[in-house]
Amino acid sequence: METFSLLAGGFAVALQPINLMWALVGVTLGTAIGVLPGLGPALTIALLLPITFSVPPTAAFILFAGIYYGAMYGGSTTSILLNTPGESATIITALEGHKMAKQGRAAAALATAAIGSFVAGTIGTIGLTFLAPPLVEFALRFGPADYFSLMIVAFVAVSAVLGTSVLRGLTALAFGILLGLVGIDLQTGQARFTFGLPELLDGINVIVVAVGLFAVGETLYLAARPKVQASVMTLQGRAGMTKDDWKRSWKPWLRGSALGFPFGALPAGGAEVPTFISYFLEKKLSKKPEEFGHGAIEGVAGPEAANNASAAGVLVPMLALGLPTSATAAIMLSAFQSYGINPGPLLLQNQPELVWGLIASLYVGNVMLLVLNLPLVGLWAKILTIPAPWLYGGILVFATIGTYGISQSWVDLVLLYLIGGVGYLMRRFDFPTAPAVIGMILGPLAEQEFRRAMTISAGDMTTFVTRPLSLTLLVIAALLLLIPLAVRLRNRP
Amino acid sequence: MDRLRKPEVLLALGVIMLGIVALYETAEIPVSPMYAQVGPTLVAYIASGLLIALGLALLAQAWRGIWTSPPEETEAGFDLRAVGWLLLGLVLNIGLIGPLGFIPASVLLFACTARAFGSRRPGRDALIGLGFAAVAYFGFAQLLGINIGEGDLVVSLLEGLI
Repeated sequence: METFSLLAGGFAVALQPINLMWALVGVTLGTAIGVLPGLGPALTIALLLPITFSVPPTAAFILFAGIYYGAMYGGSTTSILLNTPGESATIITALEGHKMAKQGRAAAALATAAIGSFVAGTIGTIGLTFLAPPLVEFALRFGPADYFSLMIVAFVAVSAVLGTSVLRGLTALAFGILLGLVGIDLQTGQARFTFGLPELLDGINVIVVAVGLFAVGETLYLAARPKVQASVMTLQGRAGMTKDDWKRSWKPWLRGSALGFPFGALPAGGAEVPTFISYFLEKKLSKKPEEFGHGAIEGVAGPEAANNASAAGVLVPMLALGLPTSATAAIMLSAFQSYGINPGPLLLQNQPELVWGLIASLYVGNVMLLVLNLPLVGLWAKILTIPAPWLYGGILVFATIGTYGISQSWVDLVLLYLIGGVGYLMRRFDFPTAPAVIGMILGPLAEQEFRRAMTISAGDMTTFVTRPLSLTLLVIAALLLLIPLAVRLRNRP
Repeated sequence: MDRLRKPEVLLALGVIMLGIVALYETAEIPVSPMYAQVGPTLVAYIASGLLIALGLALLAQAWRGIWTSPPEETEAGFDLRAVGWLLLGLVLNIGLIGPLGFIPASVLLFACTARAFGSRRPGRDALIGLGFAAVAYFGFAQLLGINIGEGDLVVSLLEGLI
């Protein structure tokens, strides 16, 4: 019951005109960014991090959350009309949705994606509303050792479970942790990995890393490849979904939501896995499985819902534990740090207005997104016709603002382009980027918890295995690491 | 020697190199005995050691041909000319943003990037870049309160005129 009154308080915050304005700006910007192939919410939020110096935290987080949800909606538009997934979680949507578009059913595909996203986003936000408080209750009992072990689980989950290769995921993680170590160690005052450069004493700014990996890396990657002009499908036929489409869509929406949310909420985050599972589930349950691969609407409705529900799920560990399990969540975490707010279980108690205002604005944002995406989808499709030379020119100019604005130092620009080079290699050789960003932001926090735990235990390492919770978490981390290896060994002839 | 030419092998070697540099840098961090327990180097040693170990594992995989790139990557080739234009834009941006300021440097960056992506009309690109940089500068940067730099050379020239 308490949750309801807290949520009501959140709505009082979210419905203030100024915050409604921030939400609208966020969802609009998010949709636009989601539509552009290769640009995601993590990059956008990173570029907007300087806003934390000039607006109050509630407004900034309402904006960021709007971008996050909006990008999920926008990504599906690109997948359906361009057959290039706007982001990795919409690969499946590209598969089935683009086939529908080719048959002249683009409007129906876009509608089922948008309504499915709304249903899943709302269900996911309800899940967040009711799951976060009990999780906080539980997490309040965590000691530093338990926290450290939980972070290890998150590290393993994001780098070894997701993606195509355990090795490459862990390599990206180790690289990210090293990036996070650069600068003065706050506890001992020693400079680490600064190579004698005073510019590096403050550490590498998360903006530089995110913008380098996501914007510069992506631009280099696309420039190095042969340029092919992808053809954008035109929207024909104003008719959205038929009665039959509705009948075939509503169950996949609900099943997709039920699948996506737990995947996002468990620190085995990531939206790709549940979308794949949802796709195969719908194929199995369909009365017309032969339509799959040729434009089955269930294959758009289910995965799209799973994608959005998992986006909401990721916010559960993020807001309740301060544990980011996606690149976007990691950047949001650094926004908390920039406000001097400690994310973690105490966040809900210390900043109820911020957290509940944020959650309430997610409900509001979802409604805005439905309105923005159903009638206005033609407008968004226009974004896809921006010529690539101008699009990427503009992206690099924006990358400069975000980076050079930090301290007006050309060193930051050199660093940005070097990390961009790494981002290119990671993209080219299929290394996941999320573990690098998460390692960079979560790494220093894990070190801090490790030190706290060691101080409490007076230097006794066994504290991590004698505390039951910590031990359980470490066992989970080991299993997450070993099971994929075991499966691979068994499958090898 | 063909194996050495495989890009995956080179990348794995790069990862190992990075790990070794990190390990060397870690060894250079002075450790006060006060913090002997969990000093500034422990996590650094773990991360650089991990990078070397993972690099070796990647090398083994690449060497034995377990790790290969999909054909759409290997057959795509590498557009040296485009990347060259892009790099030129980036280097100009680094060099000119201080003396000339954000807007002129951005115009050049924009035009070079556009060229890298196949545009053949540098004049038009520069104009669009100018418009874009101006909007970005006056709209975005000023709105967010980011100080992006007016250009030292330009400022001192103007001051000289006055």
